[in-house]
Amino acid sequence: MSTIALYNDQGGAEAAVEAGQENSSSTGGAAFGLFSSDFKKNEDLKEMLESNKESLKLEAMKRVVGLISKGKNASELFPAVVKNVASKNIELKKLVYVYLVRYAEEQQDLALLSISTFQRALKDPNQFIRGSALRVLSSIRVPIIVPIMMLAIKEASADLSPYVRKTSAHAIQKLYSLDPEQKEQLIEVIEKLLKDKSTLVAGSVVMAFEEVCPDRIDLIHKNYRKLCNLLVDVEEWGQVVIISMLTRYARTQFTSPWKEGATFDENNDKEFYDSDSEEKKDTTEAKPYIMDPDHRLLLRNTKPLLQSRNTAVVMCVAQLYWHLAPTQEVNIVTKSLVRLLRSHREVQYIVLQNIATMSIQRKGLFEPYMKSFYVRSTDATHIKTLKLEILTNLANEANISTILREFQTYVKSQDKAFAAATIQAIGRCATNISDVTDTCLSGLVLLLSNRDETVVAESVVVIKKLLQTQPTQHSEIIKHMAKLFDNITVSMARASILWLMGEYCDRVPKIAPDVLRKMAKTFTAEEDIVKLQTVNLAAKLYLTNSKQTKLLTQYILNLGKYDQSYDIRDRTRFIRQLIVPNEKSGALNKYARRILLAPKPAPVLESSFKDRDRFQLGTLSHSLNTKAAGYQELSDWPAVAPDQSVRNVEVIEPVQEWAPSVGKTKKSGKPKSADKFYSDDEEEKEEEGSESSKDDSSSSSSSSSEESGSEIEEESSEESEKTSSDSGKSSSGSEKSSSESESEPKKKKKTKKAPQKKSKPPAAFSDSDENGNGPIAQASSSSAESSSGSETDSEDSDPPATPQKKKKDVKSKPKAEVKSKVEVSLLDLVDFSPAPTNAPKSSAISSSLLSDLEGLSLSNISSTMQVATPSFGPVKTYELLHHMTGKGLSAKYHFPRQPCLYEPSMVAVQVILTNSSDHSLEEIHIGERSPAGLNIHCFNTIERLEPEASVTVSMGIDFSDSTQAANFQLCTKEAQFSVSIQPAVGELLMPSSMTEQDYSKEQGKLLGMNETSATITMATANTSRVAISKQVLSVCNMGEVPSSQNNVHRFAGRTVSSGALVLVCLELKESSTALLTINTEKSVMASMLLRDLKQPLVQA
Amino acid sequence: MTVAEMIHSLFLINHAGDIFLEKHWKSVISRSVCDYFFEAKEKAVEPENVPPVLQTPHHYLISIYRDKLFFLSVVQTEVPPLFVIEFLHRVADTIQDYFGECTESLINDNVVTLYELLEEMLDNGFPLATESNVLKEMIRPPTILRSVVNTLTGSSNVGDKLPTGQLSSIPWRRAGVKYTNNEAYFDVIEEIDAIVDKSGTTVFAEIQGVIEASVRLTGMPDLSMTFMNPSLLDDVSFHPCVRFKRWESERALSFIPPDGNFTLMNYHVSSQNLVTIPVYVKQNICFFETGPCGRLEITVGPKQTMGKTVEALMVTIHMPKAVLSANLTATQGNYSYDLATKVLVWDIGKLNPQKLPNLRGSLSLQSGAPKPEDNPSLNIDLKIQQLAISGLKVSRLEMNGEKYKPFKGVKYLTKAGNFQVRT
Repeated sequence: MSTIALYNDQGGAEAAVEAGQENSSSTGGAAFGLFSSDFKKNEDLKEMLESNKESLKLEAMKRVVGLISKGKNASELFPAVVKNVASKNIELKKLVYVYLVRYAEEQQDLALLSISTFQRALKDPNQFIRGSALRVLSSIRVPIIVPIMMLAIKEASADLSPYVRKTSAHAIQKLYSLDPEQKEQLIEVIEKLLKDKSTLVAGSVVMAFEEVCPDRIDLIHKNYRKLCNLLVDVEEWGQVVIISMLTRYARTQFTSPWKEGATFDENNDKEFYDSDSEEKKDTTEAKPYIMDPDHRLLLRNTKPLLQSRNTAVVMCVAQLYWHLAPTQEVNIVTKSLVRLLRSHREVQYIVLQNIATMSIQRKGLFEPYMKSFYVRSTDATHIKTLKLEILTNLANEANISTILREFQTYVKSQDKAFAAATIQAIGRCATNISDVTDTCLSGLVLLLSNRDETVVAESVVVIKKLLQTQPTQHSEIIKHMAKLFDNITVSMARASILWLMGEYCDRVPKIAPDVLRKMAKTFTAEEDIVKLQTVNLAAKLYLTNSKQTKLLTQYILNLGKYDQSYDIRDRTRFIRQLIVPNEKSGALNKYARRILLAPKPAPVLESSFKDRDRFQLGTLSHSLNTKAAGYQELSDWPAVAPDQSVRNVEVIEPVQEWAPSVGKTKKSGKPKSADKFYSDDEEEKEEEGSESSKDDSSSSSSSSSEESGSEIEEESSEESEKTSSDSGKSSSGSEKSSSESESEPKKKKKTKKAPQKKSKPPAAFSDSDENGNGPIAQASSSSAESSSGSETDSEDSDPPATPQKKKKDVKSKPKAEVKSKVEVSLLDLVDFSPAPTNAPKSSAISSSLLSDLEGLSLSNISSTMQVATPSFGPVKTYELLHHMTGKGLSAKYHFPRQPCLYEPSMVAVQVILTNSSDHSLEEIHIGERSPAGLNIHCFNTIERLEPEASVTVSMGIDFSDSTQAANFQLCTKEAQFSVSIQPAVGELLMPSSMTEQDYSKEQGKLLGMNETSATITMATANTSRVAISKQVLSVCNMGEVPSSQNNVHRFAGRTVSSGALVLVCLELKESSTALLTINTEKSVMASMLLRDLKQPLVQA
Repeated sequence: MTVAEMIHSLFLINHAGDIFLEKHWKSVISRSVCDYFFEAKEKAVEPENVPPVLQTPHHYLISIYRDKLFFLSVVQTEVPPLFVIEFLHRVADTIQDYFGECTESLINDNVVTLYELLEEMLDNGFPLATESNVLKEMIRPPTILRSVVNTLTGSSNVGDKLPTGQLSSIPWRRAGVKYTNNEAYFDVIEEIDAIVDKSGTTVFAEIQGVIEASVRLTGMPDLSMTFMNPSLLDDVSFHPCVRFKRWESERALSFIPPDGNFTLMNYHVSSQNLVTIPVYVKQNICFFETGPCGRLEITVGPKQTMGKTVEALMVTIHMPKAVLSANLTATQGNYSYDLATKVLVWDIGKLNPQKLPNLRGSLSLQSGAPKPEDNPSLNIDLKIQQLAISGLKVSRLEMNGEKYKPFKGVKYLTKAGNFQVRT
């Protein structure tokens, strides 16, 4: 009774109200209709709990848990509840546990009553009961039982059941937070559990390690390889914890894989310093970077996890690659990150934040996926803003026209905050890409006549910023804005224009006074904000051009003096004192000019994600952009790698494992392959020693078996001196990892290492021989990279190439190998280095772009025929310059099938330049061209291309609708190479979208001489609509015209240069014949196109 | 001192902003911490716009919004936010799996079961058992029959067996599965994500696919599935049961399946392939400069349907706020305009290529409001049975490890995913 009285005292009234709610809203079901008032309720519960009937007790406990779930106080029932802790009914017991964990802290003395029950349960033969007893015991936050908990944890950590050991790892963290004094003892337990080989324990113990002693990196050394190898089979949550921990570990133990020059942004200076100090140490020659095999092991074993369904795991692997992988390998994560964008909104939010940070430093990574960041009107605002941010980061000279066209749509969004953000983004593009500055400016100027105030205000602000960055060149725009001024009604915009007039009055000396004159007339009718800027303008003009404006200024100041608003009266008074000299005005007057016309710093337009990279990706701190509690900095790479041998494992202690019966039955029934994948501790143990199991255990650890297999093959078939250093190394890595389970003595490893060391110089030598260049540091690392390329390759193609051939490929032409792969990956493998930022400004304003941006205004021009954006077609890549002829410079080109940025009559061509040599190439540019009149828009000179680096540049070539090759010279600082681009006729077209009616109409105009046709026999595989359009579009850049007849397929396009219409029509007849008709006035093109189209359609 | 846990507390909050469930895995955190969240919710207007990660003076709030409910977790230290978000979604998935739907009333009806589940899913803030198969062994999902029996006899929902899966190396499958009818069904479902611009040109299009499995097989079957054209698959993610190595080497899915329903794999079709857009939409929505009205006309027609019928066709338009009502006539199907949310839904049904469905009429605007500048974009929903639009085909499904012959089946379905037509 006393407890109830107490309860009532505490909150009787409130409880009554709550009870009312309870009955109506919550935990429905028969049992809850039994009571009506809270007095009765608690009395009732107590009675039920103390009754002899199990069902009543259970019912009562369910209601108690219901109370807890609502956050209501049920603590007065503690004595009645705790008595049931030893109940035989498992559900009742569980509910009592729930209660205990919730209230033990408040009722410590009573809680102690339950302890003996748990102590008994800890000795239960059933592992599940042992585990859950420990779970609850450790969750009771009562300091007095710390010694009991410590003992229980120690015992459980040696339990035969991995499940109990896992629970003990969790208990470590709980005990530590209850009593940090126990740290040292707990570390001992952690050390022991880290040695555990069960996948069940690994994640939990690493979690405990991270919480209790994240600084004791020395505890990880001996377990490093095991953790890497277990990783694939650990449950997904544990994977996240282990990967995060290993990321930190790797940054303290390995040297940077980011070679000087191949690095990005901020890391440059640091890298430089690093390699410097290395060089000092190594006196014989510049030491090439060789990745520690353990470093490689980590990268290799985490890679498959990119395919995890758990988004947290994927993100975690992505950040690991970002922070640990060599620059050219990071791109394997992009596809997976983009995949996550299909997931829940919250996942998108976090992933986009991380991509935003990544895309600032490495545009090239995400550029191929640009369209995945297009905004949909249904996206949440924060998602839209992040996508916009990323698109802006990705903008470069080659894609800016596409991006700006996309931005047009956004500017018109109903979400005005988003529209405003888009205008900001256009401003950023304009400052970053000098080619389009003018275009963007004109587009923004057009926006000034927008109806929406937010849009106008934002445009003016952005224009203002843009003009401030380069005020010298833009008096035209200021003049234009002055002209627009009369039509602009939004006061914010008017005010901003007046400010610009005043600020740059020396650039528009004639117009500014005239604007002031107009303002004098309308002054009284203007809004306050406009009046203030008028006064400012008057003051500035008075100082610079007092002859013309003295009277006007005085007039305006007089108007202002009697204005209704005191703000304006004040400002007028102040300005008058400042600028008009009189006896009262003091020293300030002398400085009026300097005060009013002080140079104002241009605002900086940069990404809000600019400095996010100070935080590790994927962390809470990164997401919040502020350091969260408990955030651990990622350390810089050490200049010199700490001792590698600490990770060598000498002896494997044989541990008897409790093998679950399930595992046994499963084993007997399971096929071999299953064993491989689901490697388990006990399996490993059993298989240990047998010859075949060696491979199994190492391959189960996800170091792909064929990978290491082929490498070993290489090693054995070729003379070992010739092996490239990397493959030797990584195979030794797998050797080592397998040796761990083989319990191989350390000595053997030492002897293994020695020959590898020797093999290094010859490898570099042979490499340089083939290239005809001197031996240079990078040579062997380039083969390292290519061999990693070949690894992925061998995974893709089933029959591995013979070692002999593969070897040659790897050595002599790494890039050619890449090319032989599926074309999809081409873009992935090319390492984009950031576009040169200090590119000389091209004077040619693209007229097409300008017209694009004109669309920003309200007028919705829709003609029947528009140039359409190209449909998705395969991109064929052609060789422009082979690296053998190009002395290391190789070039490939393809037609991106986008409208050319530079001139509408040009065909856009993208050229991928790769430096396959071992030294950097400088001043890559385009030299002489023929025929002489050939109109080419060259790419900007590339100042420097590092070895192994690639850069994509875009060019525009006016082929004048002929397939005559464009010949020009590709020059480097040292050499010139004649190259030529011969376009297929289909690339000289632009898709055009039109309706079926328009098509028929146009076709009707192009009959007779303008029609070319042929009857062809189609391959049966090609008769579906998809197949046909795929084949046709692969040949020519045209647009498909919707067709109402199933057997007629129509395509329309225009020639790029002259804009002549080209219509293709394919009419399927019976027995797989078809009539292919081409209508165009360009009859030469028609016959060539006919020939080109026939081929793929006839072929299978 | 760092506080040693990941997820400290969980609050479930309904649309109106009432906390209707709380669970703490460590010491209790007062629910007043949610006030910071309510503040952000107020500011965001739409619940979708609430930032998923919030900072308060002493805690961090990570939340998801799903099925009109907020799942709000409180953390105190650095933690990968996706870790928490992914876990919260698993909680929501589990609720859906157990109770059929994720709603406040269902959660309230099953609060004890949910509490038991949460207890098993997280230990000290760290996920323990999230596999549906494991959980179901420990805590049986409620069924009508069992709840009746339970109230009569007082027996429980809690399994008295060991969760064998959790201890084995294949945690997703429970031991001792037995069926009289052994069946394995797979649904290959593809969604077309596309943005089509005003002129009908495809700005962006891609195909995302998923293979949903429903496997009821006795014992420990080992399945392998191969495709006719695996090269179509550009990017994939798997259920943990799939052996990655076999996929890498042979492009075959080899796995010991979980028991029951699960998602076997998600994939993305290589963008090198043309994406077939099954329908075209002709639209004209305009608002007049003078007078508070506008006009709307939409026609949908088949474009590339590969000879199949387009079903469940639906057009959804989020109208500008100024649109008061719509007076339209549809030649097929029904339309409705929700005044509160300004959403126009035109439910067309089956697409008849002979007689194209058309919706036309007038829109009336709030008088005095400025003419909306932008035309709203259309969201298209559709279904095509028996077709995987990418052309993906399962070639073989084999079973090893067990002797019986199971029933096997593969179904294909194409849907519109995020299919938007700009106007």
